[in-house]
Amino acid sequence: MAERKPFRWHVLVFLAPAVLVYTAIMIVPLIGTLNLSLYGRAGGERVWVGLQNFATLFGDPRWSGAFWNALGNNAWFFLVHMLLQNPVGILLAALLSSPRLRMAAFYRTAIFIPTILSFVIVGFVWKLILSPIWGIAPSMLDAVGLRSLFAPWLGREEYALTTLALISVWQFVGIPMMLIYAALLSIPDEVIEAAEIDGITGWSQFWTIKLPLILPAIGIISILTFVGNFNAFDLIYVSQGALAGPNFATDILGTFLYRTFFGFQLQLGDPHMGATIATAMFGIILLGVCIYLFAIQTRLRRYQF
Amino acid sequence: MTRTLRMALLAGTAMSGMAMSGMAAAQDVTLTIESWRNDDLMIWQQQIIPAFEAAHPGIRVTFAPTAPAEYNAVLNSKLDAGSAGNLITCRPFDASLELFNKGQLADLTDLPAMENFSDVARSAWQTDDGAATFCVPMASVIHGFIYNRTAFEELGLEPPRTTDEFYALLEAIKEDGTYIPMAMGTADQWEAATMGYQNIGPTYWGGEEGRRALIAGEQSLTDEGWVEPLRQLARWRDYLGEGFEAQTYPDSQNLFTLGRAAIYPAGSWEIGVFGPQIEGAFEMGAFPPPVAAEGDTCFISDHTDIALGLNAASPHADAARTFLDWVGSPEFATLYANALPGFFSLNSAPVEMEDPLAQEFVSWRETCEPTIRSTYQILSRGTPNLENETWTASANVITGAETPEDAAARLQQGLDSWYQPQE
Repeated sequence: MAERKPFRWHVLVFLAPAVLVYTAIMIVPLIGTLNLSLYGRAGGERVWVGLQNFATLFGDPRWSGAFWNALGNNAWFFLVHMLLQNPVGILLAALLSSPRLRMAAFYRTAIFIPTILSFVIVGFVWKLILSPIWGIAPSMLDAVGLRSLFAPWLGREEYALTTLALISVWQFVGIPMMLIYAALLSIPDEVIEAAEIDGITGWSQFWTIKLPLILPAIGIISILTFVGNFNAFDLIYVSQGALAGPNFATDILGTFLYRTFFGFQLQLGDPHMGATIATAMFGIILLGVCIYLFAIQTRLRRYQF
Repeated sequence: MTRTLRMALLAGTAMSGMAMSGMAAAQDVTLTIESWRNDDLMIWQQQIIPAFEAAHPGIRVTFAPTAPAEYNAVLNSKLDAGSAGNLITCRPFDASLELFNKGQLADLTDLPAMENFSDVARSAWQTDDGAATFCVPMASVIHGFIYNRTAFEELGLEPPRTTDEFYALLEAIKEDGTYIPMAMGTADQWEAATMGYQNIGPTYWGGEEGRRALIAGEQSLTDEGWVEPLRQLARWRDYLGEGFEAQTYPDSQNLFTLGRAAIYPAGSWEIGVFGPQIEGAFEMGAFPPPVAAEGDTCFISDHTDIALGLNAASPHADAARTFLDWVGSPEFATLYANALPGFFSLNSAPVEMEDPLAQEFVSWRETCEPTIRSTYQILSRGTPNLENETWTASANVITGAETPEDAAARLQQGLDSWYQPQE
């Protein structure tokens, strides 16, 4: 009978710093937030109210109206990313990995650069570009005779959110591009050669050979996009303010949370309702991630060479 | 465990803090002012603080402003965390009252300089019963319209007195086509509410009388006097610049100061900002909100806007009180009103002002009935809060997203949901 392996203490020792830091700055605050949402304020005193705050958030027509509006906007924001950012990212990566493309390194860098810019800069720059008064968008459209297509996009209820989503797509398309690019490069040459011997080349090679092989990477990108989009706040706050105008057309859960938690202008902050919204956001993201992990990730096939 | 840790951290911070200030100067006390007026940084550093420090050796003052829109959030977090400055710039009414009720602002009722202020001046920084005052009033701002006098002369136009004259004027500027009739946008929303609704509104709801009736529950926002200003705002749409939906507050300021727009719906705080930017390129004039018919009483929004209070947790309460007493003095009033033309002193002592445009604004106090912004006292205490709702509503009626009647009904509905005035 083999001897029992000695307990490997060094594993604990090496894990400890990360576990401690993560617990202190992530898990404890998270539990604090969940806890905060179960209290309320009555006459200056903090009192236990149970799920009362959640009842208000989902039951009171004004609160729930704002919540569903924000959630709907979030969903649309995410949808635009899924429909544009990721396919365009994959397309760019496919083009970049083509051996016949010249200056691939230049394109790769140029497309990736916006990703490293701060939200604040991106927000302000695009606000300036699209400004009907000083912006270059109207004059550029004018130069090609399309001035009539210009509208104050960030100021119109029907366009504002889509415009912001497109700005965000412009900024972050580099991330899926790089991840997919890396995945494409990791496909062994033998596989490609075998495909070519079988006469599968060009687009059909991409669809039948490469795409199935990069599906796990696409899955990871989708879930990153989902988490990022449902936590979004900065771009909207910078370009539209905490009231997410026009008429709450760009209000997402992040701005709704900020407004409620910290207060805005004369509105006093309400940490308890704010924590309630934060908990709801956490729940939504958790649910999304779980669906992904159990329904999609487990079914993705992995190939080993 | 947490308590000991917290105490240890506190003690550590306190000691290092003391060590640092000890190194800087033997017994100098440094006071920090929290404020949202980041535009005024230079004025505080170059004029106001040196004047105080010269008269009071041993007390140093630092002005540490935050961006206006973030101020309340930042200040509340700092106060809760115990890291806020010694002196707190007070927003009028509930935002400050809440801080006082939480024990974060000290009671200043017995400050000698308080005698220099009238009841009205103090009302924005008192408890509802008026028993305790917690901030020293600094200034009020008046709403009206600033216009490009040079452009008016060029087009042969006169400032209007009645609403009809006002629209005739706008129509004439629009027809001429050289200037955008009015510089205002709806992108920031507050511009439409503060410079639009609160500017022309008092004329329709009858100033203080309407405002008090609304608080008492005798009038509602769906009454004629409260809907009519929204209807007027909706009429403004035709006279705003192209793409006004995406025009921000700085855009409007620039349109006017660059001489591209003829009229600017204003708050008097713009006077100090516009002067240096225009640099004599054209002359400015101002007219009060127009009245319905010739000879009607005019109403202006003379809004108690800014005051200074004492952080109750401040370790240098005595020095801070000395500073606050000075802020309440006629000397400060003169200094401040001239350094920042357009911020009108609330001090009972008469203040000489040099700026002609500021004099024009303040002269309306003699002919018109003053009131304050309708949403500031009590009505923005709950959620949804009437001030922020009014921002959206004002912008919506201008862009046409809501009819004035619908907007008014929505505002009243929101107010009804949490505010039940005692009948």
